[in-house]
Amino acid sequence: MFERIKNLVIKEFIHYFREKRTVFFLFATPLIQIILFGYVATMDVNNVSTALYDLDRSSESREFARRLESSGYFTIKRLPGSPGEIRELIDKGDVLCAIQINRDFGKDLQKGIPTEIQVIVDGTDSNTALIAMGYVNRIIGKYSMDMSMSSINANLWRLDLHSRVWYNPDLRSRNYMVPGVIALIVMITCLLLTSMSVVREREVGTMEQLMVTPLRPVELIIGKTIPAAIVGYVDIALVTILGVFWFDVPIHGALILLVLCTGAYLLSVLGIGLFISTISKTQQQAMTATFFFFQPAILLSGFATPIETMPVVFQYITYFSPLRYFLIIVRGIFLKGVGIDILWPQIAALLVLGTAILAASALRFKKRLA
Amino acid sequence: MKLLRIKAIAKKELIQIRRDPLSLAMAFLMPVLLLFIYGYAITFDIDKISTVVFDRDNSSLSREFVSQFHESRYFRVHSYVDSYRELDPYLDGGKAKVAIVIPEDFSKNILRGLNAQVEVLIDGSDSNTATIAQGYALVIAENFSQRTKGVRITPLIDSKNRVWYNNELKSRNFIIPGLISIIMAVIIALLISLTIAREWDRGTMEQLISTPVKTSELILGKLIPYFLIGFIDTIVTVLMSTVVFHVPLRGSVTLLLFLSSIFLFGGLCFGILISIAGRTQLVASQAALITSFLPAFLLSGFIFSISNMPKPLQIITYFIPARYFVTILKGIFLKGSNLKILFMEASLLTLFAVLVFIAANRKFKKRID
Repeated sequence: MFERIKNLVIKEFIHYFREKRTVFFLFATPLIQIILFGYVATMDVNNVSTALYDLDRSSESREFARRLESSGYFTIKRLPGSPGEIRELIDKGDVLCAIQINRDFGKDLQKGIPTEIQVIVDGTDSNTALIAMGYVNRIIGKYSMDMSMSSINANLWRLDLHSRVWYNPDLRSRNYMVPGVIALIVMITCLLLTSMSVVREREVGTMEQLMVTPLRPVELIIGKTIPAAIVGYVDIALVTILGVFWFDVPIHGALILLVLCTGAYLLSVLGIGLFISTISKTQQQAMTATFFFFQPAILLSGFATPIETMPVVFQYITYFSPLRYFLIIVRGIFLKGVGIDILWPQIAALLVLGTAILAASALRFKKRLA
Repeated sequence: MKLLRIKAIAKKELIQIRRDPLSLAMAFLMPVLLLFIYGYAITFDIDKISTVVFDRDNSSLSREFVSQFHESRYFRVHSYVDSYRELDPYLDGGKAKVAIVIPEDFSKNILRGLNAQVEVLIDGSDSNTATIAQGYALVIAENFSQRTKGVRITPLIDSKNRVWYNNELKSRNFIIPGLISIIMAVIIALLISLTIAREWDRGTMEQLISTPVKTSELILGKLIPYFLIGFIDTIVTVLMSTVVFHVPLRGSVTLLLFLSSIFLFGGLCFGILISIAGRTQLVASQAALITSFLPAFLLSGFIFSISNMPKPLQIITYFIPARYFVTILKGIFLKGSNLKILFMEASLLTLFAVLVFIAANRKFKKRID
């Protein structure tokens, strides 16, 4: 039995490596993905392009502009001369944020008369808008506090809020995204690989040839999934190395645990891939079905947005996405350095889900062969 | 170029598509599925952050303080613990993202008029949620202290915030218009990238070569059915976004559909190019994934803003047609932009479509010879 499986595995690898293009895509695609995601998928907001419309031109308004720029969050790109120009700049998307300081701003501040600063934000990207607005308000609030520091409220008590950030003290969103991307890439590659490689035999007509060999259906399934699992492991290793050494994402937990959990994760991914191969006749269908599965599986896993923010119905659906569990595992191992004592429910869930899917798909697969 | 031959190829392709109802069904269901998920489940608005409280003071003031957190819609206080040791598993296991620790002397200090301290521990692994949680916590604490003091200090500088185009700051409004380009990229990646590779895989390409059909006719003929599918998908998406999800459509629908057609045409030509170059279906599918779907998702400004990317990647985005298309979509939907404002984007899209069409023709001719 092992001999036959081994032969099939070798055949699969010959098939992968026969064409340079296939090799390139099996290993280069994950690398391109991690580089793109690593650089692009950040929610950090900085260097917001800003227009400053300063009608006052006093030392106070210049001080404010200086604070705005030195915060690192804003870059003053334009100095419009009229409100109409602000409108045009925002319409064209040249700036995301416009700040207007009215005449007498400096004079009022010196006299202690309350005054105002107008902030206009382009809301088309609501997340950036919200964060940018928060930053502006914080800078204005701080400036306002500093200006009024000497007067009234010095003798009143204060409530100090000490916030401490755990696991990712610099709040780098890359540290959060990269481990997630690792999970995502492996899923996409392995799904496409299993589903298409099985269907290909059927489409091209070589399935009959395989069936007349003494190879049993179970052996065929194992022989088809092992190469995909190996490619999955190699991809995860490549991507992890790049994540750690190129993007400086820390791994606080045990590597061996990551390797073991990856196995549990691959179980369900390969099971789904096999299932897709049983419902598709052509590679076209296999690819479409894979896309149809992985898009919701990614979106409803907590990859991009936290599960708690989803409506309850969708929260239940997330339990069917293997990515959901694996994301908690990789983020736990990378960032929190937690061990099996914390992660066991996720591992158990992956094993149950994986075994169930793999068994169901294998049964379906056998039936189709018979 | 003969219309008759284009028609014949289109008809053949249409028959092939019809024979594969599974793929066809998914091509039409995909936009609906994605719209529902993005429309209902994906929101970047952070609220109900799960919170655990360690109240060492346990006075009416401290309870009042905690209730301020719970009553704001941003935090959901669901557990109380009695020691620091008990806190760890909550944050480690992800059962809470924020922990509030109130020291023993909290109310005593406030009543005496001394400074009081509160500690907030935040799970920083999700940096976005953490940043926002930090900001909210500060505001709540500030409001609490002003209320207890019974004074309201008017700040010297009042910041007047105005948000244009999307004044409720709904993330749905900015995601859904851009989603149209994602849907098209998916359709392109899924359906057309395999069409030529399939003919090679199955050995039917030789038959096609032996017919008098010319390259451009073959490409156009293969394009037409997919163009129709993509166009129907666009209409469905636009209709659903406005009717079901109430995304404002402030600009002209005609302009939207016109520019979508140009993008669709260019994208489909590009898909055919991939298919020609990829040769096998597995390679073509992977190539479609990284050259069509990923750039549309990551480098177009759909979710991740381009100004945040490192410079080299920003330069690359100029070569991604989806970038211009996303600008166009958001512009027409949210800003009500007209062709005059979008002229540059529209002409670059057209240029891209023409170039790719020529490239596909060239590449294909060599293969037939």
